Amino acid sequence: MDSMTAEPTSSSTPKGKPVIRIQNLHKQFGDQVVLKDFNLEMYENENLVLMGKSGSGKSVMIKCLVGLMEPDSGTIEVLGQDITKLDRTQMDELRAEIGFLFQGSALYDSMTVRENLEFPLRRHTKRMNIKDTDELVLEALENVGLARTIDLMPNELSGGMQRRIALARALILKPKIIIYDEPTTGLDPITAKEIIELMTSVQKRYKTSSMIITHDVDCARVISHRMILLLDGTNYAQGTFEELSTSEDPRIRAFFK
Amino acid sequence: MAESFPLKKNLYSFFAEIGALSKFAARFFKELFSRPFEFKEFLRQCYQMGNKSLLLVGVTGFILGLVFTLQSRPTLEEFGASSWIPNMISISIVREIGPVIIALICAGRIGSSIGAELGSMKVTEQIDAMEVSGTNPFKYLVVTRILAATLMLPLLIIFGDFVALIGSALVENIKGQVSFMLYFNQVFSALGFRDLLPATGKSFFFGFAIGLVGCFKGYNSSKGTAGVGRASNSAVVYTSMLLFIIDFIAVFLTQLIYG
Repeated sequence: MDSMTAEPTSSSTPKGKPVIRIQNLHKQFGDQVVLKDFNLEMYENENLVLMGKSGSGKSVMIKCLVGLMEPDSGTIEVLGQDITKLDRTQMDELRAEIGFLFQGSALYDSMTVRENLEFPLRRHTKRMNIKDTDELVLEALENVGLARTIDLMPNELSGGMQRRIALARALILKPKIIIYDEPTTGLDPITAKEIIELMTSVQKRYKTSSMIITHDVDCARVISHRMILLLDGTNYAQGTFEELSTSEDPRIRAFFK
Repeated sequence: MAESFPLKKNLYSFFAEIGALSKFAARFFKELFSRPFEFKEFLRQCYQMGNKSLLLVGVTGFILGLVFTLQSRPTLEEFGASSWIPNMISISIVREIGPVIIALICAGRIGSSIGAELGSMKVTEQIDAMEVSGTNPFKYLVVTRILAATLMLPLLIIFGDFVALIGSALVENIKGQVSFMLYFNQVFSALGFRDLLPATGKSFFFGFAIGLVGCFKGYNSSKGTAGVGRASNSAVVYTSMLLFIIDFIAVFLTQLIYG
C-alpha cells in the first residue's frame, strides 16, 4: 500500500478545523463488504476530491454521511455532531448545513424550477414570507446564470442547465458543506468545464467546504485541494493532485491514465 | 436449495411481500398522526386523483348504466318485469357493479400512476433529494397519496354510480317511455341504507388498497427503467386482486350483519 495512506503530506495538509470526520466506518450488504474501517477528515474551506473505481464504496460513503444509509459500525461527525446519534429532527436541522448535488440532478419532475428551489427553503425557514423567498430563489438562479428559467419545468431544460439548477437548489440554504456526486458525469466537455468553473466560484463566494466524488481527472486537477483514492472500501491513498498523479504505485497511476 | 423447490421459493417471496406490505401499512398509520402534516400536498393529490379522474369515471359509469340496461331489458321484458328495471339496475350498480368497476378503473388510472411516479422518483434519486433537504419523503409522498386515494375513491364511486343511473334512465326513457322523474322515484324507493352504507364503507377500503399498493410498489421499486415499469404494472395487478378480496370480505360481512 502506498505510503501516502497514513498521513497527508505536509504540502497537502489543509488549514482550518475539520468539518467532517469519519472513523472506522464499516458497511456491508450481505457478504459483500463495501466499506472497511474507512477513515476520512475534511477541513473548513477545503475542496476534497474522492476518486475510486465503480463499486469502491464512494456512493455508499456519502449516503452514510447524509443519513440516507446507516453504517454498520464507526462514527461520522459532521460539524462536530455524531450523526449516528441524532434523531430525525436533529438530523434534518443538520441537513440544512449540507448541500447535496446528485449525479442525475434529481430535480423534482412535477415542480417548476421556482418550486424546486423553494422546496428546501420552505422546509427550513417556515416563517419566511413570499417576498423573501422570491428574492432568495432569484438570487440563487442568478448565481448559476439561469434566472430566465424560473417558471420552466425540469424536462424543458438541457442536462447542463438541470445540473446548474440542482446546484442552485443545493446552495439556496447557504450550506457550510457541499457534496457533489459526480458533478460532470454525462455532460459534454464544454458544459462540464462550465460546471467546474461554477463549483470553483461557489466555493470562493460562499466559503464552503466541498466533497467532490468524480472520475473526471480534469475536474479533480482544477478543483481539488486534496484527494483521496478509494480502493476496495478503504482509503488507499491521499495527497494533492500533483503528489498522487506522479506516484510510482501502479494502482494509483491507473486512476490518472 | 430454493432452486430445487420453486414452489417453496415462490411461497417464501409471497409471504415476504405480504409482510413488507403490512409493515408499510403500519408505518403509514404511524406517520399519519405525527407532525408535520403535509396538508398542501394532500390537497394537490386530492385534486390530481379526484378531479382528473372525473371524466374517465363519468364516461365509464355512463356506458356501464347504458349497456347494463340495454342488456337486461329484453330478458326482463320477456317475463313482463320491465317495470322492475330501475330497482334492479340501481341496486346492482350501487351495491356491487359500480364500486367494483370504478375501483378497477381507478386502480388502472391512480394505482399505476402512483407506482410509476414514485418508482421514477426513486430511480432518479428524487426521493433521496427530498430526504437530504430535510423532508420526510414517506410523509410527503406516501401518506398524502394513500390518504387522498382513501378519501377520493368513495366520492368518485358515488359520482360514477349517479352517472351510471343517468345512463340507465336515458335508455329507459328512449326504449320504455319512462320519464326521468319516474325512473329516479323508483330508484330512490328501491335503495335503502343497507345498500348505501356497505357500498360506501367498502369504497374507502378500495381507495386505501389502491393508494397503499401503488405507493408500496413505487417506493420500493428496483433501480432502472425496467423497475419503474414493473412497479407500475404490479401495482395494478396486485391492487385488482386485492379489490376482489376486499369485495368478498365486505359482501360476507354485509350478509352477516343484514342477513
